Amino acid sequence: MNNPHRARAVKDVVAKVVMWLAFGIVMIPLVWILYVVISKGFSLLTTSVWWTGNQRNINSDDPGGGARHAIEGTLMMAGVTALIAVPIGILTAVYLVEYGRGHLARAISFMVDILSGVPSIVAALFIYAVWVTTFGIERSGFAAALALVLLMIPVIVRSTEEMLKLVPNELREASYALGVPKYVTVVRIVLRTAFSGIVTGVLLGLARIMGETAPLLILAPYTKNFQRDLFAGNFPTLPMMINQDRGDFALATAAERMWGAALTLIVLVLLLNLIGRVIAHFGSVKK
Amino acid sequence: MSSVTGVSVADQLPDPEGRPPLEGDRASTGRLGDRLFGGAATASGVLVIAIVSLIAVFLVVQAVPALLDNDANFFTSRVWAPGGDAPAFGILEFLWTTVAASTLAMVIAVPFGVAVALFLTQYAPTWMRKPAAALVDLLAAVPSIVYGLWGLITFGPFFKPIQGWIEDTFGWFPLLARTGITGGTIFFIGIVLAIMVLPIVTALSREIFDQTPLAHKEGALALGATKWEMIRTAVLPFGKPGVISAAMLALGRALGETIAVTFLVSGLNDSSPWTFSLFNGGETFASKIANNAAEFSNPSRTGAYIAAGLVLFVLTFVVNSIARVVIERRKAFTE
Repeated sequence: MNNPHRARAVKDVVAKVVMWLAFGIVMIPLVWILYVVISKGFSLLTTSVWWTGNQRNINSDDPGGGARHAIEGTLMMAGVTALIAVPIGILTAVYLVEYGRGHLARAISFMVDILSGVPSIVAALFIYAVWVTTFGIERSGFAAALALVLLMIPVIVRSTEEMLKLVPNELREASYALGVPKYVTVVRIVLRTAFSGIVTGVLLGLARIMGETAPLLILAPYTKNFQRDLFAGNFPTLPMMINQDRGDFALATAAERMWGAALTLIVLVLLLNLIGRVIAHFGSVKK
Repeated sequence: MSSVTGVSVADQLPDPEGRPPLEGDRASTGRLGDRLFGGAATASGVLVIAIVSLIAVFLVVQAVPALLDNDANFFTSRVWAPGGDAPAFGILEFLWTTVAASTLAMVIAVPFGVAVALFLTQYAPTWMRKPAAALVDLLAAVPSIVYGLWGLITFGPFFKPIQGWIEDTFGWFPLLARTGITGGTIFFIGIVLAIMVLPIVTALSREIFDQTPLAHKEGALALGATKWEMIRTAVLPFGKPGVISAAMLALGRALGETIAVTFLVSGLNDSSPWTFSLFNGGETFASKIANNAAEFSNPSRTGAYIAAGLVLFVLTFVVNSIARVVIERRKAFTE
């Protein structure tokens, strides 16, 4: 063994140690966060009132109450957002993969990228500028949903695009050869083949927007009551419930509720992720 | 790529002799359903273009009147007093805090993210790879408000003595000078942002490293390279554009992150002395806008915040465009 060889071997070992160390260091805060949320929030989630009650007439220093209003609100808002964003997103992806050529397709693809980089607070400001400043309509759950639509569209477009590209061209060609019109081919062959992948993309998109807080802060003031009308002004959501109790986290009652709401939000988001992954695993397009 | 992007068979066949070429999309039959569906798809795409253009137009239109009334220099002033008869506002503090905290986050997150991605693809024992990767992916899905809570309540008190120690030891260095602020300093926010974007950098880098052609790796090993040399000569060059674009996307996230930063920032008085220390406080664009949403009472006041939002929009636009260019160049290179 002469010297250069030893130096190379030492470098190799150092690199290995550095990689293991980096992984260990990175895991600390990430596991720490999960541990804190679970250990502080779990007890509330085991009570039945958490899943059935709301926070009406419960002050920061009162214990008790539930998160049903905020859970319902978050799910409703996400549902309305998806109702608007999913058709636009899927059709845009269909255009990019099945129809788009040349400048228009490039421009759309570029704009989707830009939209995916728009910070949620800017999307919220834009909706505020249109909805409140220009049209003079009051803030509401629906206004916040519109801002979330902007954030969800690029996620849907990108994931659907990937899935449509995986559909083998032979399927399209076989369909055309049988004289099937293009739109029927796209709807009944291409979209159906890619269906599970598209559903996964939608679920991941939903998971992303459910935790967004900035648009809610600007567009949908919180209420402690049950509220199922998206146009009624104030609207309850889990992130805003966390934000509400954050102001009094020095009080044990508020802190407990805050961690409980945070854990509930994480559970919802991870559940959507998990369902998405399971669907993707069992229904993926075989290459 | 074009072979799988839905090019119909008609596009690849030569036109039959003696017939004029068909107009337009040749797989389409031109019947009503086709025109409706194709039209709807095109309309959705055009709608996306319209949305992004409208965002820019609305922000500019509502920011301009406020900017014209502004008595202070928008870029160099630290005063924030919009509204009133003589509105005066500048973004110096937000610009510095946003850029400094995000840059610091990148300085921490990119090396660690790349190292963890290398670990997951090259070093980790096989049984560890899938669960560890899944854990990182799930952490990328944890809402940022949770990172904010953890930073505020758990990590903040833990970090305070560490900051004190750094200030005592390296305070002679202007970037690390003591300013008397102990809560949400730029340094602290940068660390929390780094932890937030780490799963994103890791997940994207891992995907790209996973795609390194086996031939490159085996070639390096066959030439007698050690594992580290194989990574340096085969994996890293192959993954470089992917890592750069992952870093840019993460930077875009960090620049625009709102709620976690809003939980953590400590505002500064207009009269406090200006320093470049990372241990100073200060608001970011996003936190300033979010903290003052209740103040959007009249157009000139709102206009000032929209002007700040416009600057943030332009910042993230530039960063994401760079990421896009890097990806495009990579595509041209690999095809």
